Amino acid sequence: MKILVAVKRVVDYNVKVRVKADNSGVDLANVKMSMNPFCEIAVEEAVRLKEKGVASEIVVVTIGPTAAQEQLRTALALGADRAVLIESGEELNSLAVAKLLKAVVDKEQPQLVILGKQAIDSDNNQTGQMLGALTGYAQGTFASKVEVEGDKVKVEREIDGGSQTVALNLPAIVTTDLRLNEPRYASLPNIMKAKKKPLETLTPDALGVTTTSTLKTLKVEAPAARSAGVKVKSVAELVEKLKNEAKVI
Amino acid sequence: MTILVIAEHNNAVLAAATLNTVAAAKAIGGDIHVLVAGSGCGAIGEAAAKIEGVAKVLVADDAAYANQLPENVAPLIAGLASNYSHVLAAATTNGKNFLPRVAAQLDVDQISEIVSVESPDTFKRPIYAGNAIATVQSSAAIKVITVRATGFDPVSAEGGSAAVEQVSGTGDKGISSFVGEELAKSDRPELTAAKIVVSGGRGMGNGENFKHLYSLADKLGAAVGASRAAVDAGFVPNDMQVGQTGKIVAPQLYIAVGISGAIQHLAGMKDSKVIVAINKDEDAPIFQVADYGLVGDLFEIVPELEKLV
Repeated sequence: MKILVAVKRVVDYNVKVRVKADNSGVDLANVKMSMNPFCEIAVEEAVRLKEKGVASEIVVVTIGPTAAQEQLRTALALGADRAVLIESGEELNSLAVAKLLKAVVDKEQPQLVILGKQAIDSDNNQTGQMLGALTGYAQGTFASKVEVEGDKVKVEREIDGGSQTVALNLPAIVTTDLRLNEPRYASLPNIMKAKKKPLETLTPDALGVTTTSTLKTLKVEAPAARSAGVKVKSVAELVEKLKNEAKVI
Repeated sequence: MTILVIAEHNNAVLAAATLNTVAAAKAIGGDIHVLVAGSGCGAIGEAAAKIEGVAKVLVADDAAYANQLPENVAPLIAGLASNYSHVLAAATTNGKNFLPRVAAQLDVDQISEIVSVESPDTFKRPIYAGNAIATVQSSAAIKVITVRATGFDPVSAEGGSAAVEQVSGTGDKGISSFVGEELAKSDRPELTAAKIVVSGGRGMGNGENFKHLYSLADKLGAAVGASRAAVDAGFVPNDMQVGQTGKIVAPQLYIAVGISGAIQHLAGMKDSKVIVAINKDEDAPIFQVADYGLVGDLFEIVPELEKLV
């Protein structure tokens, strides 16, 4: 079966982001960009399904600027077969992204779509679920285990109190949680090979999708800073302060 | 303006997060209706009718909603949504699962995990794991929103006397089914609802040593959490993880034991009212956010603390 994996180019998770002085957003100039960590897990899961003989082809797609080709090449080096870049200079909201992915799903007809559960920049946690609604496919979000069995996929999901398992008809949508797998590193020969794999570029216009949004970001601020408190010398002093100063016990 | 709040429950108990979500609805203003979608959930409907400030409760009792499968619940909510200006759900793994599906069915953007209401169309929400706070305005006809419980003090579970109305279900879409569930069994309070949280990190050394924290927590009536490092090292199960990729908590008192204070952990607990850090490394970053820091051996400090509280 064919698997479609959607990935996002985001600020690297090791970067400590700073809010711009004019409060218009986060300063991304000269900041290291990478594939969203949850998307790496999505790529890895698709590659493992291919290695098991479950998947026959992996198509990786991203929506972003020209530079997002870097993340597609990374996915190709990890084992995806071909890539699609939907080029968009503006930052799109999850609904617009889901609509673009729906157009790709219509074109590619995958049996399984794997996405990260959320991007570490916008922290929306929406795209996979929205794609589920637009395609009418079932969704297995926050997956910690994925097993394809015949015409169904069994997904173990991380939920607040523990874990839940659901069975979904294929085609289906899966979004990855942190413990689904540990992504591999791309080997140098695979990075070289990835440069020759096909990468198609499309535009929202060519897919007939409008990407307007009902959301407007008015400002972005740094969170209220917490200042360091005091170091206490003993447990007795700590308990005294918790009881009489902070009054929390 | 009428707001629909989706009740969070397991058919037996109405989850506390519902009360925080109703509080967010109250901040928006207008009539508040609560939808209880479940199976054999009549008692939840009655409990929801008692919530302070709720005008009406809709109960959709249908086997298809027994496990809150989003494929079945989303069409129900989307069908009701046209009567409302706002649709709110708690930003639990359940709310996060079905609500974006509702938003896409309504062809509107969703606003995720709001922590404050500035006006009926303007909200604040954390982005970049809480390293920035965005103020967003929505021009959508129906505003679909998940609410981070820690941003809103809960309304009272008592005092209301809303009318309860049955609504018919939209049935089982037949594309997904519930197979099973494994829930952690614990007599301690739930992490996100607890007034006191005691968390352990890599400094605990192993899972066995968490017994010191359990015993301290039981004396304090606290929940027990962990850092990602402790979870990844296999000390404790992952539903105990507090942080950017785990649970977001904001208790009255957070006691971090043997936790260095990685950004990813701080994102999950820095809104706690009082933070105590216990660590042998006096340069650990956790001390930069702690109200009270104690440098030393946690295996001596924790038992002594248990004795003195």
